[in-house]
Amino acid sequence: MDARWIQLNDETAASLNAGHGHMGVFELADKNELPLFIGYAGGRSVGGLSREIREAYQRLPEAALVRWEVTTSYLSRYQERLMRHVALHGKPPTHNLDAPKGQLSP
Amino acid sequence: MDLELTPEQTLLVDTVRRFVETEILPLELNLDPDADEIPAEDFERLTAKTKAMGLFGMDIPPEFGGPDIDLVTRTLLAIEMAQHRAGLYVPCYGVFGGAGLAQLFEATEDQKARYLYPTLAGEKKGFFGLSEPSGGSDPARAIQTTAIQDGDDWIINGGKLWISGADRADYGLVFARTAPDRGRGGVTCFIVDTDTPGFHVRRIVHTLRSARYATELQFEDMRIPSANILGELNKGFAIASDRLTRQRIPYAAGCIGVAIKAHAMALEYVPQRETFGAPLSSRQAIQWMLVDNEIDIRQATWITLEAAAKADRGEPFRKEAAMAKLVATEAGGRVVDRCMQMFGGFGVAKDFPFERWFREMRIRRIGEGPSEVQRHIIAREILGASLR
Repeated sequence: MDARWIQLNDETAASLNAGHGHMGVFELADKNELPLFIGYAGGRSVGGLSREIREAYQRLPEAALVRWEVTTSYLSRYQERLMRHVALHGKPPTHNLDAPKGQLSP
Repeated sequence: MDLELTPEQTLLVDTVRRFVETEILPLELNLDPDADEIPAEDFERLTAKTKAMGLFGMDIPPEFGGPDIDLVTRTLLAIEMAQHRAGLYVPCYGVFGGAGLAQLFEATEDQKARYLYPTLAGEKKGFFGLSEPSGGSDPARAIQTTAIQDGDDWIINGGKLWISGADRADYGLVFARTAPDRGRGGVTCFIVDTDTPGFHVRRIVHTLRSARYATELQFEDMRIPSANILGELNKGFAIASDRLTRQRIPYAAGCIGVAIKAHAMALEYVPQRETFGAPLSSRQAIQWMLVDNEIDIRQATWITLEAAAKADRGEPFRKEAAMAKLVATEAGGRVVDRCMQMFGGFGVAKDFPFERWFREMRIRRIGEGPSEVQRHIIAREILGASLR
């Protein structure tokens, strides 16, 4: 993902206009840019990326950074981000319950 | 030619139609609009049902435990199985089972033991690796992946593009050039384990389909034993070509199924929807769209069933399969497009399945050989030697 990381705290989370109501993928990371959670706003998402990110941050207040990408290919992009993470770190992000369905070469 | 369904065909079609209506459509209300999978517990429950119905693994030959269904009946069922949101690429979310890679039915006993039987048992998954970055429509000439013999092994170098499922497969069929100067007579099919050193899934290729993606593969000095050659040396293209021809019939059937469902939804909608004080169905512009849908669906259905009937009789069906693929994919696209138009804003919203069908149907005119290649095949068949 080429998007730049943005500082995440209660204030920025409340005013976040990440992709507004769009579909897409996002990552929450610690201060060292290590993704802790990868998520997406899909076709049934009520509030799109903004709301999905806010809700993820409520569950994961230790997250310090966020980045996102607006895309209609949210499911394949989500899988790709999970696979990339596993290829780099050997396991999914700590707060992702689902392992990716496939494997990319390191 | 008998155009009536037999009592057995009618029963099977009704059974699958009911299954889609009562088991699949309700599940989709809670799935992501682009989902291509159902929860594991639903998959297991519904697979148990299709097994109890005797309809699991319809594409598996009877000698390997399949239910021995002829291709015409199989086509009729494929049309039914596609009539839901994910139906074009994931009919009934796979609960009717698949045959894996049909080429493995011709494998050696050793290969069957290592790959075919575990695949039929659901223990292994395979992929089909033919297309390359240099082109997919003319694989005989475009294949640049090479396999060079080294003792009893072959060293494979190169890559593949547009490959579905390679990132989650245990093995794949990889077509490589073994005789550089012999065109289509110099291609061999290798069975490649995905844990072989030198096998790499380099990237995901995102397409109009959100849930299913293609992959790009790279092979670096991948050592494959001669025992993993499928079929004969330098005769791999025949394996690929046979698969491509057979595949065109169910590919066409899926497009017809989606077109039928879209058209049925439009027929239900237009008498209810009023504009300027009258229902849409009273407008000639709408009526003509519905008429064109009927004609498109009817043409595609009969052409596809004719191809299946010729295949069932053991007659050559390359031309008919190409025609079915060409007509059904193009007709399906037109029908879905017209239905979107009739539904207006709802036609493009994710609340309804039209936008997914529209995206996925567009791929069908390219996948499994684009429309232009199908026309080329038909021209070659009807002009014969005079074309050369």
